[in-house]
Amino acid sequence: MNINKLHEEYKANIRKEKRWVRFYQLLILVSFFVLWEVASSLRWIDQLIFSAPSKIGQLFVEKIADNSLIYHTSYTLFETVLGFILGTLVGTILAAILWWSPFLSKVLDPYLVVLNSMPKVALGPILIVALGPGMSSIITMGALISVIISTIVIYTAFRTVDSNYLKVLQTFRASRSQMFKEAILPASFPTIISTLKVNVGLAWVGVIVGEFLVSSQGLGYLIIYGFQVFNFNLVLLSLLVIAIFATIMYQVVELLEKKLIKSE
Amino acid sequence: MTFLSVSNVHHTYFSSKTATEALSDINLTIDQGEFVSFIGPSGCGKTTLLSILAGLFPPTAGKVQIEEQDIMKNADLSIGYMLQQDYLFPWKTIEENVTLGLKLLNNNREASNELASKLLKDVGLPPVEKKYPRELSGGMRQRVALARTLAVDPKILLLDEPFSALDYQSKLKLEDLVHKLMKEYGKTAVLVTHDIGEAIAMSDRIFLFSARPGRLYQTFEVPEELRRLTPFEARAHSSYSSLFQIIWKELEGLEHQQTS
Ligand SMILES: Nc1ncnc2c1ncn2[C@@H]1O[C@H](COP(=O)(O)OP(=O)(O)OP(=O)(O)O)[C@@H](O)[C@H]1O
Ligand SMILES: [Mg+2]
Repeated sequence: MNINKLHEEYKANIRKEKRWVRFYQLLILVSFFVLWEVASSLRWIDQLIFSAPSKIGQLFVEKIADNSLIYHTSYTLFETVLGFILGTLVGTILAAILWWSPFLSKVLDPYLVVLNSMPKVALGPILIVALGPGMSSIITMGALISVIISTIVIYTAFRTVDSNYLKVLQTFRASRSQMFKEAILPASFPTIISTLKVNVGLAWVGVIVGEFLVSSQGLGYLIIYGFQVFNFNLVLLSLLVIAIFATIMYQVVELLEKKLIKSE
Repeated sequence: MTFLSVSNVHHTYFSSKTATEALSDINLTIDQGEFVSFIGPSGCGKTTLLSILAGLFPPTAGKVQIEEQDIMKNADLSIGYMLQQDYLFPWKTIEENVTLGLKLLNNNREASNELASKLLKDVGLPPVEKKYPRELSGGMRQRVALARTLAVDPKILLLDEPFSALDYQSKLKLEDLVHKLMKEYGKTAVLVTHDIGEAIAMSDRIFLFSARPGRLYQTFEVPEELRRLTPFEARAHSSYSSLFQIIWKELEGLEHQQTS
């Protein structure tokens, strides 16, 4: 038996399967758009509401030409990325504070539960009045929607770190902050990363709803505007752009995951 | 010369429902450079006593002193504590694991790394500094944990069943290694074990504890001729089996008392 040859075969098989997976993924994508186009041009579906890929493409070219799409997209993207980073960062810091003081965490426990179960987007109007109808209230919304759940999930991860790691550190006379840095935080990286992944989606929700409410700029505004003037080409174009950028953000987080968690 | 003294130590674990008395009136002393073992039925408080010796928490009552100083009050005192599992940090390389204690004490990085390489050699490992713990076998990981413990040059080594998770062969090899290193470095060591043979083969003195609450029941001196030998050789010596029989009977007696 030739181990090398078997290994080559094994690798070839994996590659082959990968190619088929890619093929079918592409097939679904292409047939979705083709079907959409055909259904629309043969009037199986209402063109006014469901538009058609060709029309969206046309609109895309127009909106790129007059620069408005790039303007609105960059506006939304900036808010989302910032809201996402703020939400996760503040969540992690709050979790660290709770870990630091078990007493405080006991005191705050019911409030966290209440805040977590409350629909944060309902705070939108208040935020807009308080912070003004601009970027800052939208970013706050993007952050607010994820911060409490991040705090709860990350704090739980901090607490469930195997106490024997802390014992090892304690025998080296480590301070509490050293314990946090050497054991608690790195042991919780996998949880923090999966929180990041959830927060990508949440931040988009917060920002788009915020833009609905403020209604002056961004993809959320384009959707609301398109809806009001009954231009569903615009609504669907904005949706596609959101889908693409949300996916890219998710991929960036996965890249970060590979970088951070090298030991696994 | 007395190195460590335990006087009138009691320990009780409290929870909202129960109070578990784990140790009662423990008095013992350990000499400089001596190797002693704690044996006793499961749940008799060996780990509790070891944790108290390590200064992880204070006893409910009583005093533990090393070189006449209270261990809880002496912040510079370095104690090596090795747990049943290696508890190497999976996200750190072997080198970072071994130098962890030195890093916390703010030692120079390069000197620490040099020491790590030397210690890894001493514990019989090939150069694995840049690897991660998951790439090593159980026996190798326990060796790394030993190197990590020795890196801070502790005054005393506390070993809580450090070999029990290993296969028999690795266990025998590591016993020899630890025994040799302790004698070489002249360190005082306390070993907790379930294995009477291991206790006899490795130590100078054996403390037998009785259960619920844990008390010091009896102390055995290991004969001079066994102490001179390596643990592996000692296991083959004739006085080994006679001492084994004696301790075995005592332990049996203790467990009978418990069940009846
Ligand atoms: N953190 C704790 N809280 C409450 N009770 C505890 C705690 N740790 C140990 N105990 C109790 O104290 C007693 C002694 O436990 P300990 O772990 O010291 O025993 P041991 O001799 O090490 O046992 P083993 O040989 O099984 O390791 C046991 O009855 C145990 O249930
Ligand atoms: Mg134990």
